[in-house]
Amino acid sequence: MNDFLEIYVFVLAGFVGFQIITRVPSLLHTPLMSATNAMSAISLVASLVAAGANRSTVSTILGLVAVATATINVVGGFLITDRMLKMFHHAPKAGTTPASKGGAK
Amino acid sequence: MTPRALFVQVTYLAASVLFILGLRSLTKPDSARRGMHQAMVGMALAIVGTLLHHDIVRYDFIVVGLVVGSLIGYPLGMYVPMTAMPQRIAISHVFGALAVTLVGIAEWYDHGLGLRLDRFTMGAIGFEVMFGALTVTGSLMAAGKLQEILPGRPLTFRGQNAVNGVLFAVIVALFLFLVVAPHSPVAFSLMIALALAAGVSLVLPIGGADMPVVISLMNSYAGLAAAATGIAINNEVLIIAGALDGASGFILSIVMSKAMNRSFSNVLFGAFGAPQAASAKSAAGLTVRSISPEDAAVQLAYARSVIVVPGYGLAVAQAQHAVRELADLVEKNGGEVKYAIHPVAGRMPGHMNVLLAEADVPYDKLKEMDEINSEFASCDVALVIGANDVVNPAARNDKASPIYGMPILNVDQARSVIVMKRSMSPGFAGIENELFYDQKTSMLFGDAKSSLAKLVEQVKQA
Repeated sequence: MNDFLEIYVFVLAGFVGFQIITRVPSLLHTPLMSATNAMSAISLVASLVAAGANRSTVSTILGLVAVATATINVVGGFLITDRMLKMFHHAPKAGTTPASKGGAK
Repeated sequence: MTPRALFVQVTYLAASVLFILGLRSLTKPDSARRGMHQAMVGMALAIVGTLLHHDIVRYDFIVVGLVVGSLIGYPLGMYVPMTAMPQRIAISHVFGALAVTLVGIAEWYDHGLGLRLDRFTMGAIGFEVMFGALTVTGSLMAAGKLQEILPGRPLTFRGQNAVNGVLFAVIVALFLFLVVAPHSPVAFSLMIALALAAGVSLVLPIGGADMPVVISLMNSYAGLAAAATGIAINNEVLIIAGALDGASGFILSIVMSKAMNRSFSNVLFGAFGAPQAASAKSAAGLTVRSISPEDAAVQLAYARSVIVVPGYGLAVAQAQHAVRELADLVEKNGGEVKYAIHPVAGRMPGHMNVLLAEADVPYDKLKEMDEINSEFASCDVALVIGANDVVNPAARNDKASPIYGMPILNVDQARSVIVMKRSMSPGFAGIENELFYDQKTSMLFGDAKSSLAKLVEQVKQA
């Protein structure tokens, strides 16, 4: 019965995701993609357990590689999303000088 | 529940909430950055929580993995140029899918090669490994095409769809067999091998211009595989993050397919690019009007309203900064400049927006197709830079054309059109574009970046 609870979580999270993501403007579709990719690198938590639980040599090695690749996405994914988002800025108000680089306020 | 286990669960719950808040912040450009910082905090919490997990007894391999991953991830995040973003995203799908696939294999291995797995868990692991493996090779092929290591044109052979169909049927059969009999090392290995092969054979036949759909689909698969991992190991935050990722990729694939007026299956199995049989109108007898940078500059210098229509050619020429320079001059002369962004312009969702934002173009000038299409009729000059199919009127009025029905930007309604293009060679799939032969269209041939530089020079003098 507990198994079915997992399905509930999946379906409801998918539903929430659908509701939110349909409201993301196409302007931000690339950051959206890199952001969701960085978030799904939370699979790092499963990789950490595989690498550190000392169950077998095979799973430790597989876990090691998984930790490395998931970390690449955590670190690289969030950095690149932030790099992109800080480029998006408003037009300066008439009469003022153009916003300096990275002025996403 | 021990206090430690409770703490771990609390960090996971906090991470889930922060992820959803972070995603919600992406609905507005101004709040997006702060929201992503919240998501980062969520990620950090979940990682710290996991390191305290009671199953973890050794940290040597963990530290090595974290250090290696950070050393590779940092440059991939900080130094990859915006023009290379499509392949960068494709590569991140490879890494994400590889991680969940390996975790799935480890999980299966540690349960006595599936011996001690119940059917439900085996189903989740099977799904995870199947989709993970497919995404690893599929995204690798996509990245190869985008980086132009592999040819961007569709690679096809006779009976391809039949071969793919059989391949998928066998994979599904193996998956079902494993659910019934989890302790089947041969079936498990074979399923992984065939899923890896299927990723290759699924993506190779798809042409470069269809990559936005492929990338979105791979995004979705990577997310679903991650969610399946969470289901297999009863980890809720993994289920939630995977479901969000899967939903996002799914929605983007639909948006992209709609913007090309094609169905999913048509993109995946339609492999167009083979010579179109007696397609559309021929260019014979029609002439194009070529224009010099000097004349084009005069047109732009006196224009009251200009709409820039960027396409993949802009990204290839890395001309985003040059186009902004030109737009600044036009605005200094009292004209107004907007940018019309077609949903599938470029090689991934939102590609053009990111490039133009990099060149410091304010985002309120980047207009979506539906928003700007009515404004072409009143614009003096539409400046098309390296875009082709998304401005082809054949999509509206030529039923024989392969792109008939695709929503396009109404560039042909502008008072005058300047098209910047390398040469007259027809674009993707060899579809002739009658816009180029229109009376009010002038063609400015050459590399977009150097042409724009010439235009900037001339507008300054005009």
